[in-house]
Amino acid sequence: MSDAGNRFRTMLGHRLFWPVAVLVVMLAANTIYRPGFLAIEVNNGHLYGTPIDILRLSAPLILVALGMTLVISTGGIDLSVGSLCAISGAIACLYISRAPDQNNLVTVLTALAMALGVALVLGAWNGVLVSVIGIQPIIATLILMVAGRGLAQLIAEGQIITINSGPYRAIGLGHLLTLPLAIFIALAAALLVAAFTRRTALGMIVESVGGNREASRLAGIRSGRVVFLVYVVSAACAAIAGFMMTANVSSADGNNTGLWVELDAILAVVIGGTSLAGGRFYLGGTILGALIIQTLTTTVYAMNISPQTALLFKAVVVIAVCLIQAPAFRAKFRRRRPGAPPPPQPSPQRQKEQVPA
Amino acid sequence: MRNMRMPMARRRAIAVVAAVLLAGGVAACGNSDTGGGDGGDDGKLVLGFSQVGAESGWRTANTNSIKEAAAEAGIELKFDDAQQKQENQIKAIRNYIQQKVDVIAFSPVVESGWDTVLKEAKDAGIPVILTDRAVDSADKSLYKTFLGSDFVKEGRLSGEWLVENKKDATGDVNIVELQGTTGSAPANDRKKGFAEAIAADPKLKVIASQSGDFTRAGGKQVMEQFLKAHPKIDVLFAHNDDMGLGALEAITAAGKEPGKDITIITIDAVKDGMQALADGKFNFIAECSPLLGPQLMDLAKKVHAGEEVPPRIETEETTFTQEQAKEALPNRKY
Repeated sequence: MSDAGNRFRTMLGHRLFWPVAVLVVMLAANTIYRPGFLAIEVNNGHLYGTPIDILRLSAPLILVALGMTLVISTGGIDLSVGSLCAISGAIACLYISRAPDQNNLVTVLTALAMALGVALVLGAWNGVLVSVIGIQPIIATLILMVAGRGLAQLIAEGQIITINSGPYRAIGLGHLLTLPLAIFIALAAALLVAAFTRRTALGMIVESVGGNREASRLAGIRSGRVVFLVYVVSAACAAIAGFMMTANVSSADGNNTGLWVELDAILAVVIGGTSLAGGRFYLGGTILGALIIQTLTTTVYAMNISPQTALLFKAVVVIAVCLIQAPAFRAKFRRRRPGAPPPPQPSPQRQKEQVPA
Repeated sequence: MRNMRMPMARRRAIAVVAAVLLAGGVAACGNSDTGGGDGGDDGKLVLGFSQVGAESGWRTANTNSIKEAAAEAGIELKFDDAQQKQENQIKAIRNYIQQKVDVIAFSPVVESGWDTVLKEAKDAGIPVILTDRAVDSADKSLYKTFLGSDFVKEGRLSGEWLVENKKDATGDVNIVELQGTTGSAPANDRKKGFAEAIAADPKLKVIASQSGDFTRAGGKQVMEQFLKAHPKIDVLFAHNDDMGLGALEAITAAGKEPGKDITIITIDAVKDGMQALADGKFNFIAECSPLLGPQLMDLAKKVHAGEEVPPRIETEETTFTQEQAKEALPNRKY
C-alpha cells in the first residue's frame, strides 16, 4: 500500500503529470459528449478521425513551439514567428503559382529552399538585433512581427495566392504509413532538436546562457553566438510550419497565415513547464502543450460551444492548467487541507474542480 | 562632391530621410494619374476619397473600381490610402477640407470618433459620402448618404434561395453554418438575414454554427469537426467564399462530394469562389460587390449639384447560380 502510495506520489511530482491529466480529461469529456470522438476509421487507405485531425493540425504549432522553446530557454522571446510563417508560405506559393508546371517536384523543392532561405536571413536579422546590437528580444522581434506581415502582403500583392500543386499539398495533407505526413515532419524536427540539445552539450549551453548570460560567457561559452543561433532555428521552424499551414489549404493568405501563432507557441512552451525567465527547457512538455492547445480548439468545434463563449472557455481552461502547474498555488492548496502535508488521495478530485470541461 | 567625404552612416541616414520626404510628397499630391492640377479652375468636379487600406483582394478591387469610374466620369479624384489607421483618415479628410474639394467620400476604418472631423467638413460646406462601412454618429446630417452593401440582405437572399431549392425535400434539412469573425458586422448581419429567411420553412434546421474567422484555414478546421460530429449534413452556409473554399477540402476528405452530397451557399463572389461555383462545387453565391465606383461618381455629381439623395443606398448586387457563374466568370474583375 505504502509502496503504491509512494509511486503515486512520484507520478504526481512528475512535471508532465498535470499537462497529461488535463489532456486526458479533455479527451474524456469529449468522448462523454460524443462517444464517437476517439473513433478512428480507415478512409481511402489512411486513418481518418478526430484524433488524427488533432495530430495533423497541431503539427505546425509543435514546430513553431519547438523553436520558441529554445528561444525562451535563453531568456528571450520570438514574436515574429507568425509573420515568418506568412512570409515563407507566401514566397513558396508565389513561386509555385508562377511556375509552368506546379506539380514538378524540382519546382516545389526550389520554392521551399527559397522560402526557407529568406526565413533564415530574417531569423539571422532577429539574432543580430538581439545578440550583437543588444536590443531586448521582445522589441527586436516585434519589428519583424509587424513589418513581416506587411512584407507577406507585399509578396502576395494583397491577394490570396491559390495554387494547385500535388507535391506542395502533400506537406500539409499527404500521408505516410496511413498517418498524415505533417505529423512525421513535426516529429522529425522534434527528434532533431532533441538530439542536438540532449545528446550534445548544446542543450546545457543554451540553458546556461538563459540562466546567466554573463556568467556563461565568463565560463567560456560564446553566449552571443548561442543566442544568435536560437533565433535562426526558430525562424527555420516557423518557415516549415508556414509551409504546412499554406499547404493545408493550398493557398497563401498574407493577412491570416500564422496569425497569433506566436501566442499559442508561447503558451505551449509555458504549459510544457519551461519558465519564461529562461533556463531549463522541456521539449516533451512543449509538444504536450501544443497538443493541449489544439485539442482545446477542436473541443470548441466538436462540442459546438458558441463562438461568443469559446474564448472564455479557452481562457478558463488555460488558467486552470497554469494554476495547477504552479508549485506556489499547489502548496497553498495543500496547506489549507488538514492532515498530512502531502496528501496522496485528494489530488484527482482537485483536478476535476480545476478543469471545467 | 563634398558628400563623398561624409561618413557612410550619415549619408545613408540622409538618403533615408530624403526617401521618406519624397514618399510623403507623392502621397500628399494624391492621385498623380489624374493630373496635378488643383481642380476648380477647369470646372472639373473634385472628389477626395480616403480608402481603408489594401488589406484584401476585395479592397484592391474596390480601389480600382473607384479610380476607373472617376476617370470615366471625368471627375478629378484625390485618393488617399489610410493604411488601416483612423488618424491617417482624419488627416486626409482635413487635407481635403483645406484644399476645398467639392465632395469628400471615405470608407471609415472604424465606426466611432468621426463627429469632429465630419462637423469641420459640414462647416466648410463640403458634402460627405460614406462608402462600404457606416459610422455611428448620432447626427445624421453630418453626411449625405451611405453607399454600401446590405449584409442582412445578402444573408436573406442566400436563405431564400435555399428555401426555394429545398421546397420539395422530405424530412429535415440539416444546415451547418460557418460564421465570420465573431462580432463583426458582416458576420452578425449575414447570420441574421439567413435565419430570418429560412424561418419560412420549418424543416430547414441550423444544427451547428461556428466561427471560421473568414479564413480558408478556419473554415476547413471547423468543417472537419462538423462532418465528424454530424453524420447527416445537407447544407453548408458560409459567410464568405474563403471559408467555403476551405470547407471543400474537408468535405472531399470525408468522402463526400461538395455541391452534390452537401449543398454549399456562400457570400462575396470573389474569383476563386466563382470558379468553384462554375465547377459545380458550390451551389449558390450572393454577391458582395466592391465595384461601387460608378455609383459613387453618380452620387458625387448629384450631391454636388445640390440634389436630394436617399440617406442609405445599397450597392448594386446580384446573386449567382452555377449557370450564371459560368457566364460571368470570364469578365470578373476580382
